[in-house]
Amino acid sequence: MSTTTTSESRSRGKAPAGERVADWADGRLGIYSLAKANMRKIFPDHWSFMLGEICLYSFIIIILTGVYLTLFFHPSMNEVEYHGSYVPLQGQLMSEAFASTLDISFDVRGGLLIRQIHHWAAIIFLAGMFVHMMRVFFTGAFRKPREINWLFGFLLFVLGMFTGFTGYSLPDDLLSGTGVRFTQGAILSVPIVGTYISFFLFGGEFPGTDFVARFYSIHILLLPGIMLGLVVGHLILVFYHKHTQFAGPGKSNKNVVGMPLLPVYMAKAGGFFFLVFGLIAALAGIASVNPIWVLGPYRPDQVSTGAQPDWYMGFAEGLVRAMPGWEIDFWGHTLVLGVFVPLVLFGLFLGVIALYPFIESWITGDKREHHILDRPRNAPTRTAFGVAWVTGYMIMLIGGGNDIIATHFHLSINAVTWFVRIGFFAGPILAFIITKRICLGLQRRDRDKVLHGRETGTIKRLPHGEFIEVHEPLSQEALHTLTAHEQYKPAEIGPTVDENGVERKVKGSEKLRAKLSDAYFGEDAQIPKPTVEDYKEITSGHGHH
Amino acid sequence: MKKLSARRRHPLAAVVVLLLALAATGVLYTALAPTGKAQADETAQSLAIDEGKKLYAVGCASCHGTGGQGTSDGPSLVGVGAAAVDFQVGTGRMPAATSQGAQVPRKKVIYSQAEIDQLAAYIASLGAGPNIPTKEQYGTEGADIAEGGELFRTNCAQCHNFTGKGGALTRGKYAPTLEDVDPKHIYEAMQTGPQNMPSFPDTTLSEQNKKDIIAYLEAVNSSDTESPGGLELGGLGPVSEGLFGWIFGLGGLIAVAVWVAARTAKAKKS
Repeated sequence: MSTTTTSESRSRGKAPAGERVADWADGRLGIYSLAKANMRKIFPDHWSFMLGEICLYSFIIIILTGVYLTLFFHPSMNEVEYHGSYVPLQGQLMSEAFASTLDISFDVRGGLLIRQIHHWAAIIFLAGMFVHMMRVFFTGAFRKPREINWLFGFLLFVLGMFTGFTGYSLPDDLLSGTGVRFTQGAILSVPIVGTYISFFLFGGEFPGTDFVARFYSIHILLLPGIMLGLVVGHLILVFYHKHTQFAGPGKSNKNVVGMPLLPVYMAKAGGFFFLVFGLIAALAGIASVNPIWVLGPYRPDQVSTGAQPDWYMGFAEGLVRAMPGWEIDFWGHTLVLGVFVPLVLFGLFLGVIALYPFIESWITGDKREHHILDRPRNAPTRTAFGVAWVTGYMIMLIGGGNDIIATHFHLSINAVTWFVRIGFFAGPILAFIITKRICLGLQRRDRDKVLHGRETGTIKRLPHGEFIEVHEPLSQEALHTLTAHEQYKPAEIGPTVDENGVERKVKGSEKLRAKLSDAYFGEDAQIPKPTVEDYKEITSGHGHH
Repeated sequence: MKKLSARRRHPLAAVVVLLLALAATGVLYTALAPTGKAQADETAQSLAIDEGKKLYAVGCASCHGTGGQGTSDGPSLVGVGAAAVDFQVGTGRMPAATSQGAQVPRKKVIYSQAEIDQLAAYIASLGAGPNIPTKEQYGTEGADIAEGGELFRTNCAQCHNFTGKGGALTRGKYAPTLEDVDPKHIYEAMQTGPQNMPSFPDTTLSEQNKKDIIAYLEAVNSSDTESPGGLELGGLGPVSEGLFGWIFGLGGLIAVAVWVAARTAKAKKS
């Protein structure tokens, strides 16, 4: 936007070069109207709204560094003898993929740093998406009209997992090869079609000579392509829906209070990009990640202890490690429950969180748009559900690292595994109950603050000797913020007999909905927020204080 | 020839022959016998056994039995060889605590090397077993590091991890870390198979193989090992990498986000 026209220059007949370029472009791209509509777009300010930015920027960093890596990586499983500069592997037979990754690490200028930036950025990208998703979940930002965008985000997380998996499998090292074997085992456990899928994917018996080249196409083209499309769609929808905001004075469901995109957010976001890039680059300069040279080339007859996937696949690893090795034999076929059950649970567990927005909107029956975020405490059941889900996830991460935990905390691996088995069921239930209680406690505290003011810590002695603590009434703004949330009433089944006395049949789903609604918004599930009458009664002086 | 044959009935002939034979035996012995044995003369050896027996009676007999025959508290030591003693006592695993956990851990060595040698001599006298390896055997001269790496990944990594950082076994047992373990002890461990470890006698892993493995471990898991990528984060793979990424990567970025969000442009200065 380098167009600063003054009426003076126009009167001279010829516009400055910048304006002519802009005009030329506008005539073909229509940028004026686009810029006019969006340049002053307002975004609210909160650190948690920048979690998505962390994901976006690390995604960009991954693409940039990934392009550099493709220049030197050979996605081939041809066997070669290594003669590079890493001495402990001299003369070893390995695939070209592994040899070229060693070359990138030791013989390509800047190769190791770029490799480490790529890998650290991937770890942070997934971690960022997880936290971003939880932020959206706990604040209720997934509600209408953002359900589709929630699904886009969820898909990005899942695709990110598989892009990461296909990525770290490319070097064909002993650790990732073990991971590929693990995945192939999971595919094989699928009844009937498992073997066919495995042969199709690997071009024959595992490991074959094809999978690196195939994973390469999937990793650099197919999945990132889909992800890029989803990212663009995700951002377009953020623009279209406008950003959500926390409740506060002057903020309503119909406005957005914050700063304009240009210049404030462009500067902030641009600066933040470089901060993210800088921090990830610093991390990659400090700490080693996936040192394939010590792992050695993959050979199906070798394996190492402590073989875990990257953290985002650790959940799946934990499920398999925790599951007892059951199997059923019938008519010469084996159903490997020890692997198949975890595979099913993996999909179900992730699927539940993806579908949650739809479940909640069915329970509330709320068809309105929501642009004001919930404080997690004001939606105790949702918050408790979310914490339960995260607890289950984290327990499975512990399960995935059971051996490392056993050796480093001097525990028995069997005890850790049993903890995980029991914890997977008991942990979420406990977390649900505890979280809900904490939320209700916090709601009571809010109610107390609204009605009685803030505890100042000043102790006053009354003439007759009584000590009291001075409470300071909250400001009007604070009162608004604490009482802005809306409280639902539990849905009722409604009259089951119409005006003519004819009984209508109550559907099962209707009964279930009423039950769930009661669990969400019934007496035990929320503390009634103070009403104006409550407030007046207390502050008028008639109340006991 | 005549002269020699003429004197063969000389009264001193037998003495001369005996002297010559003794001298020849001595020369041959010094030329051919292993150096270790050449120096250890018979009396010193039996003295060591005697001393070792005394040490054994004080420190070991309560579990392993008065004659090394074993009891319900400790296995028989007949035939375990000097190498096993040197490993177990030399790494502080023996004597074990009275109530050890799932596995006897490596701890402070309480016998001097001389005492350990005496104990080893006594145990070796109970029955034939592997000897303490010599420097030529466990030294890394002429070793192939890459070959050692391949052997390590094939035979050892499934319990000890890629570079010997250790790993978990069942019910609290574990394969210990091999970082900076004396090469002699690594050799002896392979030879004797202590605790849960299988033994790799020379028929399974030749002397050269063991040398290669030791050289590999020295290259990838000693205090001199370089980590080209920076901090190696314990060398434990993705678990520690994930933790590091979450705490310092994402944690750091969130801290930066909080900092950036707190510094907002103000339309009007208030």
